Amino acid sequence: MISIEKINKKFGKFQAIKDLNLRLELGKSYALIGPNGSGKTTLIKILLGLVIPTSGDVQIGGESILQEWKYREKIGYMPQIGRYPENMTVGQVIGMIKNIRNHKGVMDEELIKSFELEKFYDKRMHTLSGGMRQKVSAALAFFFNPPILILDEPTAGLDPVSVEILKDKIKQEKESGKLIIITSHIMSDLDDLATDLVYLFEGDLLYHDTIKQLKKETGEIRLGKAISCLITQNNFVNQLIKS
Amino acid sequence: MTRIIKYILYDMLRTRFILLYLGFLLLATFSMYMLDSDDAKVVLSLLNIMLLIVPLVGVIFTTIHFYNSYEFIEMMLAQPLNRKKIFISQYLAVIMALSLALIVGVGLPIFIYGVNSSALMLLYSGLMLTFVFVSIAFLAAVFTRDKAKAIGVGLLFWFYFALIYDALLLWAIYQFSDYPIEKATLAMISFNPVDLARILMLLQLDSSAMMGYTGAFYKDFFGSNMGFIYSTMVLMLWALIPVSWSMYIFKKKDL
Repeated sequence: MISIEKINKKFGKFQAIKDLNLRLELGKSYALIGPNGSGKTTLIKILLGLVIPTSGDVQIGGESILQEWKYREKIGYMPQIGRYPENMTVGQVIGMIKNIRNHKGVMDEELIKSFELEKFYDKRMHTLSGGMRQKVSAALAFFFNPPILILDEPTAGLDPVSVEILKDKIKQEKESGKLIIITSHIMSDLDDLATDLVYLFEGDLLYHDTIKQLKKETGEIRLGKAISCLITQNNFVNQLIKS
Repeated sequence: MTRIIKYILYDMLRTRFILLYLGFLLLATFSMYMLDSDDAKVVLSLLNIMLLIVPLVGVIFTTIHFYNSYEFIEMMLAQPLNRKKIFISQYLAVIMALSLALIVGVGLPIFIYGVNSSALMLLYSGLMLTFVFVSIAFLAAVFTRDKAKAIGVGLLFWFYFALIYDALLLWAIYQFSDYPIEKATLAMISFNPVDLARILMLLQLDSSAMMGYTGAFYKDFFGSNMGFIYSTMVLMLWALIPVSWSMYIFKKKDL
């Protein structure tokens, strides 16, 4: 569904992404992880067309997305920090996006109901807490039933009950055959939600395989342990190369 | 696109800046009319306000609005919308809001106290200046991510066109006063939108006689229809070049 070919991105002298090749398929859910500043958010922004790669190509459903915009109908995006017009109410923001997207198919209002967002429809965006904002972002990402879901730190700032609601929703969408990309620093969440692992390090793809395979290779049961094992191995190899 | 413009205008009205601007214009224009009974003098006093305030408000309001709607732009860009469309909507919304304030704020008193050609010309040059300085401010805003820097650059442009350029021009005219430089100054005026607007107005007011031989030359040129068309075209270029340039940058910008 998504194929990324030889993507490079430079911000001035800083190379955020180096020659990245990646293929992502429908029906799988990918955990996109890596240390801070490893290029996760840049990669997501490239998929959304917010950042334009210095070189390389990205294709979604066989068509290049560079300089295109129509393809974003297929994507539901939940940003790390949801940024909305501060003077508008929750209801107005949801109404506006509905109006602008002009979606013809079925709407998915499940999250609006389970988060009870309707109670807050009259509140202005700038009065909302961080967690409430996350709920609005989550509801909007799932709202138009898109085949691709990009979730940037979806559970950060949510209360335990809401985290479970959101995780159930993600699992349900995964089973219905959507492509899901999740970044998170909470490994236990990813353990439940993701099937595949994409590990970025300094803009480079370090590991890309199923989580089952990773666990088998490292002999660990928990994802967090397996990843730290992977990182230690990697550091060790790097040091060997250097010396 | 009209849907997006509607939402931007709605958001803009909430900040009340536009209403403040409208109030100021109404107050200034009405008080000028009340202070003086000679329409020509009123227009001349208003001209001075117009030439300073309209560009200044255009620059400051546009840059502040652009940075305040960064979130809005980011949100829009994650939706299936064309970048160009978003940019044009932002531009048109700002132009619409400022022009409307100007048309109501200055036009309403003019309408009440009697419409004449010089008053209409005043309104016309004010609108033109709005277009030009909104475009320049958009260019300053897309160039940098830093709000303070963009406002600074915008203000520099305003300062340059409203004050410094005239001083330079005066100096040049004085230095070369022994030569026939009318055509050269005419060309130099084209490089300053504020001057273009001012001359358009002054000639309409018949105070060109005060400007001596050069005034007579301008009268000969700008007084005719050709002069009007010429200055309109140049002002249009002053608006179109910065805005198309900023759109080009915006299309390739990383957000």
